[in-house]
Amino acid sequence: MALKASELNVGDAHEEVVVENLSRGLIVMYAGTSGDYNPLHSDEVYTTQAAGYPSVFAHGMLTMGLTGKMLTNYVGDGRLTKFGVRFTNQVWPGDTLTSKAIVAEIRGDEVDLELETVNQDGKTVVTGNATARIDA
Amino acid sequence: MADKQVIMPVEATHILMFARSVNDDNQLYYDADYAAKTEVGHVLPPPTFYRAVAQFDPEYFLRPKVGQKWFGSAKGPSGIEGKPQSSGGLHAEQHFEYHQPVKPGDVLTVTTKPGKTWEKVSKRAGKLTFTETIQEYRNQDGELVVTSRGVGVKTERPVDQG
Repeated sequence: MALKASELNVGDAHEEVVVENLSRGLIVMYAGTSGDYNPLHSDEVYTTQAAGYPSVFAHGMLTMGLTGKMLTNYVGDGRLTKFGVRFTNQVWPGDTLTSKAIVAEIRGDEVDLELETVNQDGKTVVTGNATARIDA
Repeated sequence: MADKQVIMPVEATHILMFARSVNDDNQLYYDADYAAKTEVGHVLPPPTFYRAVAQFDPEYFLRPKVGQKWFGSAKGPSGIEGKPQSSGGLHAEQHFEYHQPVKPGDVLTVTTKPGKTWEKVSKRAGKLTFTETIQEYRNQDGELVVTSRGVGVKTERPVDQG
C-alpha cells in the first residue's frame, strides 16, 4: 500500500474525483460530525437573506477532508506526517471536486507532495502540501 | 490569559461518522477487524478529524446552546434581529503535523494557544483580519500526537463571487 522510494519520481502525480455534485446533505453531515454549525454552511435562509451569499457553501475543512481522502488513498494509511492547505475559493452545492498530489521531492524515507483541489470549472479551491513516510 | 484546554475522547463511532461526512469509505475508519490486519493495526482517525475537537469545547460559539439566542435563521432569517451578522469568519489555512498514531479509546488533551494576528486589504472582500490558532493534542500518556495550526479570516463584507 505504501509508496516506495525506488518507484517514485519527482513529478509523479495521483488524481481522484473526491466528490461529485456535492450535496447539501453531505455538508450537513459534516456540520454534525465536526461540530461546526456555522449557518453559512447549513442554513440557506440565513446565508442568502442575512449574510448576503448566493447559497450555503462547504466548510473549508470539508474540502480539506475530501482532499485528505485522495491523499491517504495515495500514500497509504498512517503514513502522513504533515498535511496543510490554503483555502483559495469557496465550494458550493453541486460542485464536483478533483484532488491531485504531485511528487515535489523525495528525501530518504519521506516524500513531499504538492496538493491542489479544483472544481468542475478548473478553479482552484485548495492548494497545499503534505509529507508522508515511504518505504525504500 | 492561560492557554485553553479541552478534553477530546476519541471514539470509534465518531471516527465512523466523521469518515462518512468526508465521503471516505476506507474501511480503516469503519471496521476494527479490518484495521487490525493493516500495517496501522487499529482504527485510525482520518487526517482532518482533529478539528472536530470543537464538539468537546463547551464554549464553542458556532453551536446553538441551551438558553442562548442563535444567529442562524428561525422564524426570521436571523435569530438575533437588529444586530450585525456574525458569521464568525472563514477558514483561510489549516496545517496538521502528525507525531504519533491515535486510536479509539485515546483521551486527548487539546491545548489552544493564540498565534499571530495580521490584516490585509482584498478587492473581493474588503479589509481582512487574519488570526492564527495553534492547537497541541496530547494523549493520556502525555505524548504529543498532533499539532494543528489554523488561520481564520474575518471579512469586511461577503466574498465577491465575480
